[in-house]
Amino acid sequence: MSGAPSSDDRYPDGHLAAPPRRPATSPLPPSATAAPAARPANAGHDADVIVVGAGPAGSAAALVAARAGKSVLLLERGPFPGAKNLYGGVVYGRVLDDLVPDWAEQAPIQRWVTRRQTMILTGDQALAIDYRNQKWGRPPYNGATTLRSEFDAWFAGLAEKDGATLVTSTVATGLLRDPLTGQITGVRTDRPDGDLRAPLVIAADGVNSFLAKEAGLYPKAGARHFTLGAKEVLSLPRREIEARFGVRDRDGVDIEILGGTGGVAGGGFVYTNLDTIAVGVVLSVTDLATSRQRPEELIAGLKAHPAIHPLVEGGELIEYGAHLIPEGGYDAMPALAGDGLLVAGDAAAMCLAAGIWLEGVNFAIASGAAAGRTAVEALDAGDTSARGLAGYRRSLESSFVLADHRKLRRAPALVLGDRTQHRYPDLICGIVEDMFTVTNPRPKRGLMTIARARLRGSGVRLRDLARDGTAALRTFG
Amino acid sequence: MSTRTFLRWPARPSSAETLSFADRMATVRFDVADKAHITVDSTVCEKCTTKACVTACPADLFVPKTDGGILFNYEQCFECGTCYMVCGARGAIRWSYPEGGHGVVFRHG
Repeated sequence: MSGAPSSDDRYPDGHLAAPPRRPATSPLPPSATAAPAARPANAGHDADVIVVGAGPAGSAAALVAARAGKSVLLLERGPFPGAKNLYGGVVYGRVLDDLVPDWAEQAPIQRWVTRRQTMILTGDQALAIDYRNQKWGRPPYNGATTLRSEFDAWFAGLAEKDGATLVTSTVATGLLRDPLTGQITGVRTDRPDGDLRAPLVIAADGVNSFLAKEAGLYPKAGARHFTLGAKEVLSLPRREIEARFGVRDRDGVDIEILGGTGGVAGGGFVYTNLDTIAVGVVLSVTDLATSRQRPEELIAGLKAHPAIHPLVEGGELIEYGAHLIPEGGYDAMPALAGDGLLVAGDAAAMCLAAGIWLEGVNFAIASGAAAGRTAVEALDAGDTSARGLAGYRRSLESSFVLADHRKLRRAPALVLGDRTQHRYPDLICGIVEDMFTVTNPRPKRGLMTIARARLRGSGVRLRDLARDGTAALRTFG
Repeated sequence: MSTRTFLRWPARPSSAETLSFADRMATVRFDVADKAHITVDSTVCEKCTTKACVTACPADLFVPKTDGGILFNYEQCFECGTCYMVCGARGAIRWSYPEGGHGVVFRHG
């Protein structure tokens, strides 16, 4: 082979495609034994903490533990952190204020979200709440669009700078246990001689968390608690994006959509990056299965909607992808600690999917950081049993992570329920249609008359509407 | 018994777009592992009436055979997990992660 590799052959961290795996003789890179800040692990241990998964949760855990002087192995199955990750577009970075005070200057941000729409789509109608706030484009900021291949790699890099040892291209294939006590003592990896031992493992291994399942922490993980996000990234000139979405400079737009998913429970989204836009659908896995519709066809349907088409028209597809989302919320979470094990991020179903609030990366970072702090305390106390790790749940309960999830525990059922998905969009758009359609020479009807007539025609019983309204108030109020 | 069968991509146009499914998948980078990370027990599939994996898989990896079994391809897998979730208690689809460093590489996730 001759000639320099094109930029497309490079991973974001500068590696070439398909980097050679490390020599089979040692499971660890040379730097593992030379990590300067790391206190040497106890005999028989490869590290104080093994963190599985270098996504936002894992890197936060690794960063916190490494800063406290613990030796940390951060395992990543992809060739670089972020390679396996795909998300619905917005990171709320304030969660990093304490850990990385200048995160806003450092992080690889695409655009700052200064315009946010919550949109309801029916056949060919659209109703949007369109909110703008220029303050969100300045410190301390609010939401930002980023690419996970860049953001996750950046954040894992911070953990590395603080002394954690990142080991990429390595799958943790199972847990190691003490044969007598059952305490988890490390992980098996897919490297030759790849067993790694530590008094504590943090499973930040993502939505499918095979480690949390193997540890028996998951209740029967049902498909109904998961949605599939399928996304297209479309290339458009930067100026064209700014003209279509009505923003300039580094300002960006986040559009969250109810409806437009071919009757499959879920929703849609459009986000602006610098010179790409992301458009996609989020689909209830169980509903998708029975609908017999294909994800990419549902994206095509959303893109063809008259409210969305002008935004995405002519964009060249540069990447298609899909990822599961844990949407079950508080009541679908696994046990968060076992003997020698903590679970964080998507692996612990920490994603918040509450209709008007859709957040995940911030919950992953906060839960990971809490896991890192608990790890340090438990190691210092010499007790990494489930009891010794009980402070993890307590700290999450007293932070926004489980406070928000507990408050919004009814939201997933409400948002993905039949009436919200299939009745209310038509009902609401119908009322607005009657409000704004001028029917001269007939005189105008009052809003209550319109609402009552539309409610009668909607098939929604007043009793159910009242019940949902109460539930919504209790949940979101 | 598990079967491992590999298919090439059918160049089937997706609705509402001119892009073929093969072109769509060609936008995604895969560093394909030698070993399949999906196995399908086709004898279970023969008794399955829904075959939800066929439509639900976002990468269109599962194709029904005339005898009621399933052909599948692991090479262009997003590693999302939808297939084993919709297969559910039937348990025909077994799924793990591809060998470290292999599989899908999202650049714009």
